[in-house]
Amino acid sequence: MEIVDKLLNHSRLALSKAITAVENEYDDAVKIMTEIYPHTGNAYVIGITGPPGAGKSTLTDKLAKEYRKRGKTVGIVAIDPTSPYSGGAILGDRIRMMDLMADEGIFVRSMATRGSLGGLSQKAGDAVKLMDAYGMDVIIIETVGVGQSEVDIVKTADTTMVVVIPGMGDDIQAIKAGILEIGDLFTINKADREGTDKLNIEIEMMLELNPEHVGWRPPINRTIASKGEGIEAVVDSIEAHKAYLIDSGKLNDIRKKRIKNEVEAMLNDRVNRYIDKEVIQTQEFDDLVVKMQSREIEPYSVVDDIVGKVLK
Amino acid sequence: MANIKVLVAKPGLDGHDRGAKVVARALRDAGFEVIYTGIRLTPEQIAEAALQDDVQVVALSLLSGAHNTLFPKVVELLKEKGLNDVLVIGGGVIPDADIPGLKAAGIAEVFTPGTPTSKIVECINANVK
Ligand code: B12
Ligand SMILES: Nc1nc2c(ncn2[C@@H]2O[C@H](COP(=O)(O)OP(=O)(O)O)[C@@H](O)[C@H]2O)c(=O)[nH]1
Ligand SMILES: [Mg+2]
Repeated sequence: MEIVDKLLNHSRLALSKAITAVENEYDDAVKIMTEIYPHTGNAYVIGITGPPGAGKSTLTDKLAKEYRKRGKTVGIVAIDPTSPYSGGAILGDRIRMMDLMADEGIFVRSMATRGSLGGLSQKAGDAVKLMDAYGMDVIIIETVGVGQSEVDIVKTADTTMVVVIPGMGDDIQAIKAGILEIGDLFTINKADREGTDKLNIEIEMMLELNPEHVGWRPPINRTIASKGEGIEAVVDSIEAHKAYLIDSGKLNDIRKKRIKNEVEAMLNDRVNRYIDKEVIQTQEFDDLVVKMQSREIEPYSVVDDIVGKVLK
Repeated sequence: MANIKVLVAKPGLDGHDRGAKVVARALRDAGFEVIYTGIRLTPEQIAEAALQDDVQVVALSLLSGAHNTLFPKVVELLKEKGLNDVLVIGGGVIPDADIPGLKAAGIAEVFTPGTPTSKIVECINANVK
């Protein structure tokens, strides 16, 4: 395909159009992904999550610059929520990254969640693959750490960094549930604020109690992202985690599991769509529902029948 | 599944960002995906951001008086990057006398102070398929 050839030849326009194709589920999206797949698997993927306003975008900007200093090219997928009221969105991550626009070794893509729960992680994952095929060495995914879908996206990363800030009251309790487990490293941003030492101790105590982390103890770094302070240490920690994953053989396991998850999601999606179209949306199914309602038949054997037919 | 994406940006040294923010919010409420890029940008930064986010619309806001040089420059750079179908609109404190020149330079529509935001939404819906 022309667009794939151009993308592989470092056309930023082709990369951008290819991401749009997967994002909007255009007809050629599957063909594009099929052709680029052999060219993927080379980039190192970093997930960054944390509460809104924690400074994730500012940090991403600074991390990208640090990686550039170290000779790496950087792709960024920055995800912000869609408004449930209008279906529109204000994507404000790029505002922190406008300096990066002058650098051809960087490509930033903003993405709205568009309410599609499972679909989003697949689309973000495809955007990552497209940047990978384009030749980006490091790819950073930024998401707001609130819902399950965000956690799912971050799971597609090799290294996950959780950003927290002091002065959020008891919010550390909320972080405990769910997000603590996925943090390979923690960054206390806005370390210019009061409460940094206390937060540091709290995270350390929680890590102490968490048996998940055998072999790797998540480091806690402090940054003042808006001033660019502490950034080198964060990149050093990411690189240390990467080295740990490689040496322990875990990187292989993570990536194998990722492919498994991806294919499982694709299969589920395909089967769901098929069942919706061929079963749920039919007159025959409607008639069955009426019969179930009047208790002429019961749903259990209906399901057995349908599964027998569909998954023969 | 295709949403209209709009880049809202302020080229040059102008710090008046109220109008741009009002427009950004109105466009979000109309169901568009708005990439808000803030103040003090070069035309190059704006055009590159438009490319990377593959937006259908670039919306420029300027109240400082530098629109006659900065707006056409953005249009020129978009074309240079191969973005030939992007709708470019502008707004802010812009004298009526300047509008024909801006339109000739490729700015599809210009919205001056007091314009209801619904007009901006209509313009985008009418010009982006
Ligand atoms: C509020 C204001 C300020 C505030 C700005 C606060 C902020 N963060 O935005 C403050 C006090 C900081 C300020 C400072 C200055 N200001 Co002042 N300011 C104004 C004022 C009174 C209102 C602007 C405003 O916010 N309007 C409300 C918003 C909602 O309206 P709007 O921006 O016009 O947007 C509407 C439309 O224009 C359109 N629109 C706007 N952008 C876009 C973009 C797109 C894509 C679309 C489709 C539509 C669109 O839609 C909006 C909704 O209808 C205007 C006078 C005026 N009446 O316009 C002067 C004015 C813009 N300022 C002016 C000046 C000179 C300055 C200063 C240089 C003063 C000084 N000497 O220090 C500084 C410079 C600031 C800077 N850093 O650039 C002049 C500009 C002169 C010129 N163009 O030749 C004006 C016109 C006053 C005047 N008559 O002299 N200012
Ligand atoms: N005081 C302080 N402010 C910061 C720091 N890092 C970022 N900010 C500010 O926090 C706000 C939110 O930053 P942003 O990166 O958009 O946060 P995100 O929502 O997590 O992506 C911005 O105004 C930043 O300038 C920091 O280290 N200290
Ligand atoms: Mg952000």
